[in-house]
Amino acid sequence: MASWTSEQGSPECSISFRQEGARLFAHLDGEFSLKNLNQFTDQIQKRIETSRPDVVIFDFAGVNYLDSAAALAFLTFRADLAADNILFEEINLSDDAKGIFSVIREEALAKPALAPDAGQGGFIQQIGQASMTVARDFIHFVTFLGGIITAFVYTLRHPTSLRGKDLLFYVKRAGVDGLPIVGLIGLLMGLIMAFMAYLQFKQFGANIYVPSLVSFAMVKELGPLMTAILVAGRSGSAYAAEIGTMVVNEEVDALQTMGFDPVRFLVVPKVLATVIVVPILTIYADLFGIIGGMIIGITSLDLTFNTYVTQSIKAISAFDVVTSLIKAAVFAGLVSAVGCQRGFMVRAGAQDVGKFTTSAVVSAIFMIVVADSIFAIMLYYVRRYETFT
Amino acid sequence: MQRNKKAVIEVRNLSARFGDNIVFEDVSFDVYQGEVLVIVGESGCGKSTLLRIMIGLVKPYAGQVFYEGTEITSASESLLNEYYRNIGVLFQAGALFSSMTIGENIELPLQAHTDLEADKINRIIKMKLGMVNLEGYDNHYPAELSGGMRKRAGIARAMALDPRVLFFDELSAGLDPVTAVELDELIIKTNEALGTTMVIVTHELESIYKIAHRVLMLDKQAAGIIAEGTPAELKKRTGDRRVASFFLRQSPSIPADERSYGDK
Repeated sequence: MASWTSEQGSPECSISFRQEGARLFAHLDGEFSLKNLNQFTDQIQKRIETSRPDVVIFDFAGVNYLDSAAALAFLTFRADLAADNILFEEINLSDDAKGIFSVIREEALAKPALAPDAGQGGFIQQIGQASMTVARDFIHFVTFLGGIITAFVYTLRHPTSLRGKDLLFYVKRAGVDGLPIVGLIGLLMGLIMAFMAYLQFKQFGANIYVPSLVSFAMVKELGPLMTAILVAGRSGSAYAAEIGTMVVNEEVDALQTMGFDPVRFLVVPKVLATVIVVPILTIYADLFGIIGGMIIGITSLDLTFNTYVTQSIKAISAFDVVTSLIKAAVFAGLVSAVGCQRGFMVRAGAQDVGKFTTSAVVSAIFMIVVADSIFAIMLYYVRRYETFT
Repeated sequence: MQRNKKAVIEVRNLSARFGDNIVFEDVSFDVYQGEVLVIVGESGCGKSTLLRIMIGLVKPYAGQVFYEGTEITSASESLLNEYYRNIGVLFQAGALFSSMTIGENIELPLQAHTDLEADKINRIIKMKLGMVNLEGYDNHYPAELSGGMRKRAGIARAMALDPRVLFFDELSAGLDPVTAVELDELIIKTNEALGTTMVIVTHELESIYKIAHRVLMLDKQAAGIIAEGTPAELKKRTGDRRVASFFLRQSPSIPADERSYGDK
């Protein structure tokens, strides 16, 4: 009886040995399986070592259950014994047991694992491969951006080709649904910043500059940056996963065979919606940041509402607001474009979708930071030019 | 239906590779008007690749595919779009857009390629749904349908523009035998009633016998076509081991020596 629960312990098997001169008989009884593999192999091994026979004869007559792991163990014995010039014989094998022995293919055991297609290679090779991947990625992204721009130009010339329903859907998804989290993070950032500034500024009695710092930092840097990062996490990833899943389900192929350009159909509404929505979200985040600062300002700094607002407005110019919104729009374009592009890079399987969704967020944040640095340098020169003229 | 052996699609000296791996080489054949051509072969022999080249999704390594005499393997985007108005494709799992209802899925190609009014489009959608026995499912989402129904909805969408040629990739993949039989009947009905030319990739021997006018067999080792003919002809070709191993692999009728339990 094959026992199958662990409480019943190892299945019953017994081996009785009988030695006739240089011949060792091993009478096997009961169940031989993966569950008691070590037990019976140890027993046989020890006996062979102590009695050093010339021939070992296994009698399978009493075996009532044999599985492939046990059969493999006996074949391994045969190979080991052959190496020591000991003969191995099996007798009284039942048809069932013969069947089990017949499925074990010697050539499969000896076959080394084939090298996977993409060899890992040495350290230097890996560096090379990684660099090539980065370069290819970059070229791919630039090509994709070109594709998006072409699709946009087409959409401008044929406005009816844009699916309004899709556009509104993504405006809602990326924008309206994002309002609570963007507002909350903005508020908390304003709060933290005002509090930090207060701790430092009070040493010089410069509390009056806290509102300026908060509004200046929020509007010029943190508002667009933080909103873009949140959108990368919320929407960039969603775009990558959505398009990636469509690729896996052959929906993108289906689109193409129905004569649709996948970029025009899938990417344009997403990018356009994001570019429309992120500047608005940025203004929203800026406002909440200033409100957050105001909470500290009014409760801890003894500033009145009016002073706080005047001080906040004094610190920023219309130029700052406009450049910040342009920045937000550019960030939005990058986030949504890289999200969609990563989606199209999916080839097959759920794992690929996960991989490229992660990659969409990481690349988006990287690009946001790079673009922000470029903006910082550009705006510096624009300002210097303005002061000279 | 009068079949006058006019080639609709001509495949000439087609080769496909994945990197350095040769998938197939120098494949040539014609698809005749109104016929059901089934492409068979073991997995990995390039059936799906061949199909994807024929529908312009993959560029071949070498060779050409012509549709009504016009080459589509090197066609411009606008020409390819023109081609797509004349063909319909059913992908393995139906490839319906999950964010749209079945009705909207069928509406999509109609809206893009015709300038019909909404109520005319609506009537066409209802007709197509009726053709695949899915009447009334206009407002269901693909996720609410079973695998077989999704496949039929996919056929309705593929037929939306009344294509001249329908392509099916892995026709009966993942379907139970009863649904597969229904699908076969749908295909025969569509082919006979509308005269639509069909190119079908499938493994199901039973459906091949039922639906195919002609069978092409691709082989991995030979990297090309090793047999061509009607199913009955290929079944008789017992001399060729690879053809025989496919066509005698399973018999459409229940085999005489059934497996029985107990008297091993």
